[in-house]
Amino acid sequence: MVFIIGAGVLKVGDHWEKSLRNLVTEVALAALRDAGEVPVDYLVVSNSLSGVINGQENLGSYVASHLGIAGVPALKVEAANASGAAAVIVANSLIRSGEAQRVLVVGVEKMTDYTSLEDSNTAVSTLIDSEYEAFHGATLDSMHALVMREYMKRYRINREDFSHFPIIMHENAVDTPHAQYRFKIDLNTYMSSPLLAEPLSMMDVPGLADGAAALIISSREEGPNGNAKIVSFGQATDRISLYSRSSIVEMPSIRAALERALSKVSEFKPDFYSIEEYSSVLGYIAVEELGLARRGEAYKLFREGEARRDGPIPVNPEGGSKARGDPVGATAIYQLAEAYLQLAGRAQGWQVSGARRALVLSIGGLGSNSVVHLVEGV
Amino acid sequence: MWAYWVSVPSHWREIPARYRLEGGICKNCGHTMLPKEDVCPSCGSRDVVTKQLPRRGKVVNYSVVWNAPRGYEYYTPYVVALVRLEDGTMLLSQLTDIDPSQVTEGMDVEMVLRKVRVSGESGIIAYAYKFRPLIKSD
Repeated sequence: MVFIIGAGVLKVGDHWEKSLRNLVTEVALAALRDAGEVPVDYLVVSNSLSGVINGQENLGSYVASHLGIAGVPALKVEAANASGAAAVIVANSLIRSGEAQRVLVVGVEKMTDYTSLEDSNTAVSTLIDSEYEAFHGATLDSMHALVMREYMKRYRINREDFSHFPIIMHENAVDTPHAQYRFKIDLNTYMSSPLLAEPLSMMDVPGLADGAAALIISSREEGPNGNAKIVSFGQATDRISLYSRSSIVEMPSIRAALERALSKVSEFKPDFYSIEEYSSVLGYIAVEELGLARRGEAYKLFREGEARRDGPIPVNPEGGSKARGDPVGATAIYQLAEAYLQLAGRAQGWQVSGARRALVLSIGGLGSNSVVHLVEGV
Repeated sequence: MWAYWVSVPSHWREIPARYRLEGGICKNCGHTMLPKEDVCPSCGSRDVVTKQLPRRGKVVNYSVVWNAPRGYEYYTPYVVALVRLEDGTMLLSQLTDIDPSQVTEGMDVEMVLRKVRVSGESGIIAYAYKFRPLIKSD
């Protein structure tokens, strides 16, 4: 059995005064304190862009050094926005194999050292195919825009129908202390926000942000602040380039990851869903792939309010990538830390009442790498 | 850093694909692709050979980029499109010689060789395919 016994999250946003090492140290120490200062025997770092943005690789040794635990075995795991979920799979496997008793998993992304949009666009463009997509001037935003246009055409829905997603995400984030954008938006905000890549606007995607989150994962229930059990996980990939897929409004990797996760348990009925969504349209597709809505109808779940924190199918009670924020390589660690805090009843102000089980879906690189974690309170 | 400039070897080895649409065809299932892969992405066969792809096709889907990465600012706003070539091969390319507001899905386009990006003051100028509206000669 594998348990999350402590967590730490930093506020997502602009941390101009902190470097990669400051962010990672601060959050790791917070998680260790939270778990009762237990010793760890493995360190797994989750990050996606440090080589491109910060000119720093070898993050295992880097983090171990700055945490003062040099000597502990350490490595970095990368899978775009799903890096954190992949890191937890590695930690989980280390514990199950008996190689480790307790693993510190820390996710970090220091993005604001790029101060121009051109540079940050270049950095996130490394998450799509570099030689045959990014080379031609395609950006992560423009790839999501292609998906959005296709989705609108296929299901005959308007730009307006996408507004329900960010509106609820922003509403949720108001109550989340560590969220990046703690303010509400409305239909007018959505419709008048500037286009990044037609038809995708600024209100469809997260902003640029620094962030760090950490988990202490253990082979047993322990620590002073409550535990959550990692019941199961599943992962699957898809072709990295969008143009070589048979459909761009379906993300079969999500389906396959879900099936793999569910195949290891007899029954799992989540009380809420955490979905890493880089854009409104990806949020809708994810909801459909998880079987929560029929194809082309995910917007109804958000329009009718069922996906609200107090609704029957809560999605992203903390505000999701859109409003909590999306520090790429750290995002999935935020998701799992938030799921842990929810299941331990510690999400004060943003708690899903009575939450016992969570389904956490992390999606890397526009559906090219998906991970599902099933987590349960103990 | 790679993301910032295109090096000579990294561009040179892609020239057959980028200058003249040399792709691949799977001898097992007939799937065509750009670039030529070692393994067919459709059926998994390793029997893939070089194929000259047709230069004409149709726009399947497109987006207008207002927010460009480093090296592409000069062209903003520009159109990136999914193009289906006459033999069914899919690829992603910029459209050229057209105002973004004039682009439509299903429009006929043909390949031309154009400047795609510059890599700083001392870097190479990378040329590659772009697609423009098909000029009909009837």
